Amino acid sequence: MSPAWSLALRVARLAAADPHGCGGVVVRAGAGPVRDLWLDGLRAALDPDRVLRRMPAGIPDDRLLGGLDLAATLSAGRPVAQAGLLAEADGGVLIIPMAERLTAGTAARLASALDTGRVQVARDGLATSAPARIGLILLDEGVGDDERIPEALADRLAFRLDLTNIAWSETGTAGPDDEADATGDERPIADATAELCTAASALGIASLRAPLLALRVARLAAACDRRSEVSGEHVREAARLVLAPRATRLPPSTEETAETPPDRAPAEAPSEADVASDSDDRMEAGAESVVEAARAAIPAGLLAHLEATASRGPTPKAGKAGAPVSAPRSGRPAGTRPGHPREGRLALIETLRAAAPWQRLRAGAEPGGPLIRVQAADFRITRFRQRSETTTIFAVDASGSAALERLAEAKGAVELLLAEAYVRRDKVALVAFRGTGAEIVLAPTRALARARRDLSALPGGGGTPLASGLDKAADLARTAAKAGGTATLVVLTDGRANVARSGAPGRVQANADALHAAKMIRAAGIRAILVDTAARPQDSARHLAEAMGARYLPLPYADATAMSSAIRSAR
Amino acid sequence: MPINGSTQAMSGEPVAANPLSVKPPVIRAGGRSKAPQPGPKSHAAAPTFPFSAIVGQDEMRRALLIAAVDPSVGGVLVFGDRGTGKSTAIRGLAALLPAMEAVVGCPYACDPGRPADHCERCREQAVLRSEKVAVPVVDLPLGATEDRVVGALDLERALTRGEKAFEPGLLARANRGFLYIDEVNLLDDHLVDLLLDVAASGVNTVEREGLSIRHPARFVLVGSGNPEEGELRPQLLDRFGLAVEVTTPTDLPTRIDVVRRRDAFERDPAGFCAAHAAADRAIRKTLADARARLPGLAVPDATLEAAARLCLALGTDGLRGELTLMRTARALAAYEGAETVSLDHLARIAPSALRHRLRRNPLDESGSTARVARAVEDVLAR
Repeated sequence: MSPAWSLALRVARLAAADPHGCGGVVVRAGAGPVRDLWLDGLRAALDPDRVLRRMPAGIPDDRLLGGLDLAATLSAGRPVAQAGLLAEADGGVLIIPMAERLTAGTAARLASALDTGRVQVARDGLATSAPARIGLILLDEGVGDDERIPEALADRLAFRLDLTNIAWSETGTAGPDDEADATGDERPIADATAELCTAASALGIASLRAPLLALRVARLAAACDRRSEVSGEHVREAARLVLAPRATRLPPSTEETAETPPDRAPAEAPSEADVASDSDDRMEAGAESVVEAARAAIPAGLLAHLEATASRGPTPKAGKAGAPVSAPRSGRPAGTRPGHPREGRLALIETLRAAAPWQRLRAGAEPGGPLIRVQAADFRITRFRQRSETTTIFAVDASGSAALERLAEAKGAVELLLAEAYVRRDKVALVAFRGTGAEIVLAPTRALARARRDLSALPGGGGTPLASGLDKAADLARTAAKAGGTATLVVLTDGRANVARSGAPGRVQANADALHAAKMIRAAGIRAILVDTAARPQDSARHLAEAMGARYLPLPYADATAMSSAIRSAR
Repeated sequence: MPINGSTQAMSGEPVAANPLSVKPPVIRAGGRSKAPQPGPKSHAAAPTFPFSAIVGQDEMRRALLIAAVDPSVGGVLVFGDRGTGKSTAIRGLAALLPAMEAVVGCPYACDPGRPADHCERCREQAVLRSEKVAVPVVDLPLGATEDRVVGALDLERALTRGEKAFEPGLLARANRGFLYIDEVNLLDDHLVDLLLDVAASGVNTVEREGLSIRHPARFVLVGSGNPEEGELRPQLLDRFGLAVEVTTPTDLPTRIDVVRRRDAFERDPAGFCAAHAAADRAIRKTLADARARLPGLAVPDATLEAAARLCLALGTDGLRGELTLMRTARALAAYEGAETVSLDHLARIAPSALRHRLRRNPLDESGSTARVARAVEDVLAR
């Protein structure tokens, strides 16, 4: 049994001991025997009285929160409420597979249950409130960085586990050490609060929920070990389990305090006689050792990952990019709303459900009518949410200053991406700027053959109207965003503008215009990459990239494949 | 009302015979013959974190208190990071508010002293008995449907007796109190439209299921949310009187203090509340005094003029900005027991009252808070 696996089992035991107190666990792992084994471990550790339920990520509100039970209401002739999954799982654990697919709305409902321990229902003419002290197991099967568990929810769960790198051979079943039952309440604790807060700050964790959860876990760990006092070991364990996976930076090195024995209990309560400075010193030293414990558990790839995300530039503001189309008629169903069928697709079951409670009343008003009386107010239509699609917009400098072989390379890169886009059903657009203005050579399209034809016919030569090119590309990106998609801008230029927006030649005005256009792109929150096509990269393109908030890729000896792979990794 | 058997397995997960899964029947206040619940049940059920025990977040607390002093300021929007105590502060405020006089048995808790605002039922009655009730602070839960928000035909009576009776919704319960929307940016668009309309007119008009009802619905809209999870529509944004931005404290002693208090509260809620009861009482007393002082507090011309110049300098749309600025400055002065509404009050409240009314300038990278601060400096220096 490897250390990673025994750690995972320890997390399962802690989470099972007090699911609601811990919030739960984010488990990053693909579906497979290791994950199943871990879930079995959790099930075994869980008190048999506690419920363990599975919840699909796309659960509708009437099952999650509760609502009117249609069949029972009809047969009983009076409204019958149906409890939702949150209320049914009170005191227990909800397992959510494919949690990366959770919508912000569902995540907010779950978060509210975690915060208040109750579920409030105000639906279908019912107003109830029921206890829902749940813990969550979020099974994160996301592959790339695009698919992530809603941060609002992950922030409320104490533990994060990564089982992806645990091999089947490393696993084993837990020893027979019987775990304690009680939650960690009422245990006296030394100044672990200060230490965990200090450690959280050192690790760059902004949320205050993290140290609070760590504190609870430390107490829980002590209770699981049947100890009445929270020892330094428990505090360090809590830091390892709760704080380390949330770290956003490595703590400052603590070489100078290396003489601190690692097993020194940091949580020794300073007696009241201690002078203030002494207790401060102890606190400091204790916090250092907590930080060390967390540092040891920080994954190796953290910094590389941070660099990758940091170099992305400003993330588009939520609600702009990828905003759903106002009333799409296709896509993934996302609930129903009242409305006339001419505005969308009729949701038959929901319509009947809406009509059902009124049947007796309507029958009384007009006896001898049809069997089921449906009125216009009952109509429900299905809402759809379209998967937001990605459009990659290439703004290619086709001027004389961009050497002609560069243009060929740019064409090659677009072609390669086009093939990739065809697989991913993404769109590609091409803007070329040369002479006195910019033109859209290729409107956003998935038509591979046409795109290739237009591309090969793209001429080169003339001045560099950089500002016009950027404006045109930004317009396309905004249009794509308005249609509910996400746009990535790829600008291929050497950054040496010499034609102003007005079409007049002149280096100074042209550069000022280009910088202005770049700032507009940044302000609009469009994700951008600038590929410097100059044979020897110079500052002009770099400044432009900074103004645009774009990732800067100098490619002095680019070929199409290298460029394509650079763009792919930057997205 | 019976709860249907809760054993509908979702995906083959065995449902253990579990005492916890059998819920006691939850009964909704039937028929509305009884007095409305003083405050929603969720607040009464568990002790709430005391308002006076909140560490820092002065701007948010001040905005909430101002809305409590003068409900006509038009609501508070709290936007900010996760885990900064937004919900905590609003729930804490509920426990602070001094009780109000209400007509006995009125589902909208009409004020006996203000006949102009009465509902139809109270108007018809010759003699109105009144009682002290808690100021309602109503949660708008996520996933709430329109019928529960505006009120609808009473299902139970319609089904069992075939009667057409109106069952008031959350807007009725929130009358004269607070309507709190957590995660306001996740609210469905059609609910937002509806709330906007009611908040603007103070009257809820129900035209559905053959019912035609109008009833008073004057409430302070309090919204909280996280800007990372979606932006708010500008129309809704403008409707809030005050907007505050909260951030996680960054200095270590404050952070430790926050966690320590939260932990103490979780371990012994009753004891913690008792320890802060005196401080809460003091705030409640100040609130009551401020409300009494408010009507007599005049706003000097110089302050009014400064408010107008400030709005002009910032280019806010419409008169709502000036009106809110004037009202909030007056409420702040009343809360602080000041004799007059000074320029200082104006300067301090201006960021909260104006920052969400600015037109966005995509090329100005400084935030709207900085722009307001700059304008305050420019205008008030003159």
